[in-house]
Amino acid sequence: MRPLTEEETRVMFEKIAKYEKILKLAANIAGDKLVSLGTCFGKFTKTHKFRLHITALDYLAPYAKYKVWIKPGAEQSFLYGNHVLKSGLGRITENTSQYQGVVVYSMADIPLGFGVAAKSTQDCRKVDPMAIVVFHQADIGEYVRHEETLT
Amino acid sequence: MGRKLDPTKKEKRGPGRKARKQKGAETELARFLPAAGDENAKRLSSRARKRAAKRRLGSAETSEMNKRPGVKPLPGKLPKGISVGALQTPGKKGAQSLPNTARGKKRPAPAHSSDEEEEEEDSEEDGVVNQGNLWGSEDSDADMIDDYGIDSNSEDEDEEELLPIERAARRQKAQEAVAGGPWSEEETEEEEEVSPESGPQKEYETDGGLQINLDEEEPFVLPPAGEMEQGAQAPDLQRIHKRIQDIVGVLRDFGTQREEGRSRAEYLHRLQRDLATYYSYGDFLLGKLMDLFPLSELVEFLEANEVPRPITLRTNTLKTRRRDLAQALINRGVNLDPLGKWSKTGLVVYDSSVPIGATPEYLAGHYMLQGASSMLPVMALAPQEHERILDMCCAPGGKTSYIAQLMKNTGVILANDANAERLKSVVGNLHRLGVTNTIISHYDGRQFPKVVGGFDRVLLDAPCSGTGVISKDPAVKTNKDEKDILRCAHLQKELLLSAIDSVNATSKTGGYLVYCTCSIMVEENEWVVDYALKKRNVRLVPTGLDFGQEGFTRFRERRFHPTLRSTRRFYPHTHNMDGFFIAKFKKFSNSIPQSQTAPGNSAASTPTNPDVPDLKGQVTPQPESSSKPAKKARGAVKAEWHLQKRQRPRKTSFQKQNGIPKGADSELPTGPSVPKVQASSKLQGNRQPAEQAVVIRKPKVTGKLKQQSPKLQSSKKVAFRRQNAPLKGMDTEMPSGLSLSKPLATWKPENCVQPQGAEKVKQQVPQKPSKKAAFQKQNGTSEGPQTPTMSPLSASRPPPAKRRKSQSRGSSRPPLS
Repeated sequence: MRPLTEEETRVMFEKIAKYEKILKLAANIAGDKLVSLGTCFGKFTKTHKFRLHITALDYLAPYAKYKVWIKPGAEQSFLYGNHVLKSGLGRITENTSQYQGVVVYSMADIPLGFGVAAKSTQDCRKVDPMAIVVFHQADIGEYVRHEETLT
Repeated sequence: MGRKLDPTKKEKRGPGRKARKQKGAETELARFLPAAGDENAKRLSSRARKRAAKRRLGSAETSEMNKRPGVKPLPGKLPKGISVGALQTPGKKGAQSLPNTARGKKRPAPAHSSDEEEEEEDSEEDGVVNQGNLWGSEDSDADMIDDYGIDSNSEDEDEEELLPIERAARRQKAQEAVAGGPWSEEETEEEEEVSPESGPQKEYETDGGLQINLDEEEPFVLPPAGEMEQGAQAPDLQRIHKRIQDIVGVLRDFGTQREEGRSRAEYLHRLQRDLATYYSYGDFLLGKLMDLFPLSELVEFLEANEVPRPITLRTNTLKTRRRDLAQALINRGVNLDPLGKWSKTGLVVYDSSVPIGATPEYLAGHYMLQGASSMLPVMALAPQEHERILDMCCAPGGKTSYIAQLMKNTGVILANDANAERLKSVVGNLHRLGVTNTIISHYDGRQFPKVVGGFDRVLLDAPCSGTGVISKDPAVKTNKDEKDILRCAHLQKELLLSAIDSVNATSKTGGYLVYCTCSIMVEENEWVVDYALKKRNVRLVPTGLDFGQEGFTRFRERRFHPTLRSTRRFYPHTHNMDGFFIAKFKKFSNSIPQSQTAPGNSAASTPTNPDVPDLKGQVTPQPESSSKPAKKARGAVKAEWHLQKRQRPRKTSFQKQNGIPKGADSELPTGPSVPKVQASSKLQGNRQPAEQAVVIRKPKVTGKLKQQSPKLQSSKKVAFRRQNAPLKGMDTEMPSGLSLSKPLATWKPENCVQPQGAEKVKQQVPQKPSKKAAFQKQNGTSEGPQTPTMSPLSASRPPPAKRRKSQSRGSSRPPLS
């Protein structure tokens, strides 16, 4: 879990507001029968922390300030839930700070997921090829791997 | 390491591989052909001999071909490999030999392999038919006049004045006349002689050869019945397959090929057993399929079920375009093509080096793996933006997401499924594809519209026996029997009625319902649709799909409504997609007719059918009513209740969406006759065009068929009337109304379908006098005095007033009955 940036928070609430109309209709459905409504961004944990799911990617990606592009060879690895190594790193947004939330893209600009930068941009240049540069948090492979628990 | 390419040591290369082969074919043919060379040599003129000699010298020129465009390509002479004479003699039983020999002038009899290639090239360059390359091109004499193969020693000396090509053409015609038929036919009959002909013609001869072989086969003998049991132990599939083909052949031409003393039934029985064994089907299912398909199609269908259909996918236009997606997938190594003219988003995958269900594009939601036939119901539904759509059986979400992308994520979709496990895949798919306007719920479909109703469009992809997707699930071959089919049909009927009730007929942009199944059984398709037509105020409309087979209007002993022709059937063996059935309904009234037919009565009586189209024609001009008439209808209902007496219990849920007082349903089957009649008469008098009829709840008891239809009709009329006249007027007019109802009552029992039609008509009648007259005509009675026939209907009394009051409030919540 990572704290939402202010921009992400704003974005999230904007999107939620658009669901009003759907909410009204959904009110007709009994609580235990309602499975899903709109897009589930994430869930609140018991300690009231908010965990973002991969389903929020569509909304995060356009607003991402810090992006990471990974090489085609490293795509598969990331889609299986592994962290991104320096050897798989294609591009990274300038002046990304350490532990900054980033959205991971493929070289074709398809958003693949999001994570946390393990090293700042400067450090990325210096570090050896087997070092982790992006911690994996969510990727679109989860649609297939975790279909049961998605939402 | 590797091969060292030494440019200095160039390998000498002779004629290419293909050249060798081609020459070889001709030389082989020469073996079959009689030694025509000798004969030809005789026929060669001096000039021809000179030419032949020149050719032997090896000078090949290509000019010749160009000079013979006019000559018929028939005499497919092999360019060189075969002597001209050889070619000619076999062709057309020697009849063509003359022209051939004539042409032989140009084409030297001796084989000139070197010229072959040129000739072929020439012929292709000319654009002449392939056979053209066979003739004449080998002439290497550039300076020789092209006489189009006319022999100098031709008999027609008097044709000198004609151009050479004309002479050649004439000769050709003569040849053909002698030969007595088109080239190809003759060629087919001559097995070996055809071979010299050009390549394309070879096909004819092979077909001919096959035909000949078949004719010579011994007639098929049906094994005695006793043999069948023996075969059970270790069926020899080869033998069975052969026997299947034989039996099909015999049955195709039963009169001549049958074995004496054996009946057609025996052959069919044997065939059924063999097919069941060979394709591993259960007897029940195979019997059903034999009823459904003619024999030739049956075998094709069974074969098609053994092979999977091609993988198809649908572009998610919310995230990408088909063109971009195709490009991206091709870059990944997928071999694909657009699906067809009928689909703007479909792609068919021939083969793929990466798993097509796991590419990053798939995970990013750019496309969805979906069968081609599953795209059709959504196309038929044609959802518009900002509509409210219900997808009753949505798992795994392919159709739902297609609806969402057609609506561009506007409006609201309610995606429902009764299976919680499969709902997870719906959630996953919809999130992955970026669909945001959907609510996913977990209800039994039959609980709609109680939960929520009033949708603009509804899609019902009903659970079925799966006989159309046997290629996906071969277990269907054996585990389906009569009970399963009937159970499915029953469930489908219930779901369809619920779906119809969930549609809002007064929707401005909608009012449509699409019912589809992935089954080819008539019990699950046409029968269910026909049932719905009888039970609800719906009619079938064209699906908008211009391909596919029309649904059946009759099948064995059953007869269905003629509009079932607008439904569509798809088969794996004809359309190369999963078996499917699609029907599109339009709901024209939110009222629910009281049930008029016994549940088991599936066959619509044919005599009434002709009426229905007329009625429907009347209905069509009427647009969907607005809510205004509904309110008036409610008022009318009040008076109606007063007259009618109905004690049957009524379902409350239906009324909710219609906004029509439930009381309408309270009419008893017995009761309606009288009040309805009265109402109808009143309506006619007023000619109110109200679309909304009094809601008549479908009573659970279905015993009283007769009374039902008149009740419906009269109730509707009451509604119309309501708009104009005050309540009190009703009582006085009752007597007049009776006369009208009478005709209704009389023909109601005949046809399940009729009530709907009648209702429709009734609605229209108040509008215009012409319609009313038409309606009456259909009933076969004229407006006028009451007739004694009314009496059975008038026996019942109108429902107690209390109901009326509750309904007149027009509450959308129907009081529980």
